[in-house]
Amino acid sequence: MIRMNFVRNHVLVCAGTGCVAAKSKEIMDEFQLQLEKQGLTDEVKVILTGCFGLCALGPIVVVYPEGAFYSELKVEDIATIVEEHILKGRVVKGLLYHETVQEGSDTISGLNETSFYKKQVRVSLRNCGVIDPENIDEYIAYDGYEALAKCLTEMTPEAVIDEILKSGLRGRGGGGFPTGLKWQFAAREKSDIKYICCNADEGDPGAFMDRSVLEGDPHNIIESMAIAGYAIGASQGYIYVRAEYPIAVERMNIAIAQAKEYGFLGQNIFGTGFNFDLEVRLGAGAFVCGEETALMMSIEGNRGEPNPRPPFPAVKGLFGKPTVLNNVETFTNITWILLHGAEAFAAMGTEKSKGTKVFALGGNITNTGLVEVPMGITLREIVDEIGGGVPNGKAFKAAQTGGPSGGCIPCELLDIPIDYDSLISIGSMMGSGGLIVMDEDSCMVDIAKFFLDFTVEESCGKCTPCRIGTKRMLDILEKISEGHGTMEDICALEELSAHIKENSLCGLGQTAPNPVASTLAHFRDEYEAHVLEKRCPAGVCKNLLQYFIIPEKCVGCTLCKRVCPTDAIVGEVKQVHEIIQEKCIKCDACREACKKFNAIVKR
Amino acid sequence: MAKTIEELRAIREKMRGQIDLRQKGEDNLRVVVGMATCGIAAGARPVLHAFTEEVRRRGLNNVTVGQAGCIGLCQFEPIVEVYAPDAEKVTYVNMDAEKAARVVAEHLVNNRVVAEYTVGAVEGLK
Ligand SMILES: Cc1cc2nc3c(=O)[nH]c(=O)nc-3n(C[C@H](O)[C@H](O)[C@H](O)COP(=O)(O)O)c2cc1C
Repeated sequence: MIRMNFVRNHVLVCAGTGCVAAKSKEIMDEFQLQLEKQGLTDEVKVILTGCFGLCALGPIVVVYPEGAFYSELKVEDIATIVEEHILKGRVVKGLLYHETVQEGSDTISGLNETSFYKKQVRVSLRNCGVIDPENIDEYIAYDGYEALAKCLTEMTPEAVIDEILKSGLRGRGGGGFPTGLKWQFAAREKSDIKYICCNADEGDPGAFMDRSVLEGDPHNIIESMAIAGYAIGASQGYIYVRAEYPIAVERMNIAIAQAKEYGFLGQNIFGTGFNFDLEVRLGAGAFVCGEETALMMSIEGNRGEPNPRPPFPAVKGLFGKPTVLNNVETFTNITWILLHGAEAFAAMGTEKSKGTKVFALGGNITNTGLVEVPMGITLREIVDEIGGGVPNGKAFKAAQTGGPSGGCIPCELLDIPIDYDSLISIGSMMGSGGLIVMDEDSCMVDIAKFFLDFTVEESCGKCTPCRIGTKRMLDILEKISEGHGTMEDICALEELSAHIKENSLCGLGQTAPNPVASTLAHFRDEYEAHVLEKRCPAGVCKNLLQYFIIPEKCVGCTLCKRVCPTDAIVGEVKQVHEIIQEKCIKCDACREACKKFNAIVKR
Repeated sequence: MAKTIEELRAIREKMRGQIDLRQKGEDNLRVVVGMATCGIAAGARPVLHAFTEEVRRRGLNNVTVGQAGCIGLCQFEPIVEVYAPDAEKVTYVNMDAEKAARVVAEHLVNNRVVAEYTVGAVEGLK
């Protein structure tokens, strides 16, 4: 007889965007298939969940109660896991994340003991990879909607705002404005209609923390927005999500429908007379629409262009009404603060930056993924310990934070405790939390060019400094990387940086020069090498490169000669070959072909 | 249907029992059923089901029920081991569903080892 409910294993399959791209849906289906085959479907529950963070090793599956963390799975591996682990109870060591395997012992270490997770503190991401985001009951199991219930029944709106003020929470969308203050301003405005907006546009290249929260813990956003509504006296909210994040949009819509069904959205919530409703609005993927005034223009159905402030949104925002607009990650902290208290939150972090921050770790780093760390941790700890360092034996060169608004941080500054203010003091900024690591093979002029290229593309064109100034800067960077730059160009870059910063209408233009200014400040010699010596020290800028054959290493195998598409290599069999520079198009094919002897170098 | 706060809390209590599996508490008791071929042949699966069902029915949030491969005493299968913090491992042998229910009631709930089912008692008889 099969009885219901004696579930003894939970299989959590990561369904974050990274793992979905790495085939987690197929893995889920295969689990169902194999469990059916073994007659285990009633005792094992398979759950799609949000991002675990260690995206480099996706697809990821965790099997409880053992907490076995399987990584880099293939569909073919599932049959083994079901038969060995689920049926016979033998954890399949060969498929585990290597750091959780203890040599010569049968116990597996907990995830929290691995170097990737050890220094992390999960506040914002606390439910990601833990619950099924499409099941409101699982969210409730982890104290979901308790904070809303507590606010509505035990706290006045002023008391809620007070708690947020005391926590020291600052906006995670980039600016770091104190959230409690923002709420207080909006609460003090007299208006029959007010709005709450959630900024889930997340357009920084490389950042995906907000998207992961929407995918992994959507109810948290709903609950926090309702709390914000109660605090300032708003009964309508909008979540502005890019249409390019389909999984996030789908889960958000499912969550909203469930919350409405349970009466946590709608009229007379918990019988208290408080009303709050939510709608998702889709953005078309323009970076500027993440800027708050442009975002509200876009929700209103206008072209997404920024407006000058003041008036600030708290006074005159969406549809001309007082509006609180917060970032996704900011909202995730609200419920935590109300459940655990402002003191507990303020106990984490630095003097002026409380709590934790999520970073999207990418670039030349072993453990790419999402990490959440207390404010005040050093970049070195993030890069070397959590991130596992720079792979392939290369040396660390710089870390880029803040995306197109941020800057590059050199090795000498890795030990600075990071928070909002320290990052600004070294010419970068927190931004939304993108953290891109670059190794010795990265060219700083090229990096600056990459980000400028992005801002030129994304500038909305409303104000001249941003529209034309950034384009001029890009032109100069291109000139330098092609070997035609002069020292006057470097001065012009500095001058333009200052002007654009000063005169642009919104944050996009005001911060656009940062990638150039910070690389100029910390890596000026590299710019000068491009200009004065017509040399790219990292070997990236093609126009400044030449390929050479080292005669002592060349065995005359003719391989390079055969792969060269322009017949630029000459030499007879068993004789040293040579590259004719005029014919070389620097395609790198010869160097690739000569990996065995390493006789071809670029410099 | 709109939920009241009481209903919200009732859902939470109900769901907690299901998700505790995912939280490894420090003070957890761990029940491990030997589920190698020998164990399964000797009837380990009904024993495993009995444990999970009984633990769930009683809402024992601090107990996880797991399984292991061959424990090495095939003639005594089904074998069940109970691990408690700060205590010696207890090995129960020749288990069946009824014995499992008794182990839950006495050992897991009241912390009294069911001596007559343990490997020591059985070996002593021989
Ligand atoms: C060009 C530009 C893009 C922005 N993109 C985002 C974004 O994608 N997400 C976000 O939360 N904030 C973004 N911001 C910041 C918002 O304008 C706003 O400060 C923030 O959403 C406020 O929320 P917070 O106080 O919770 O940080 C952007 C700002 C600028 C100037």
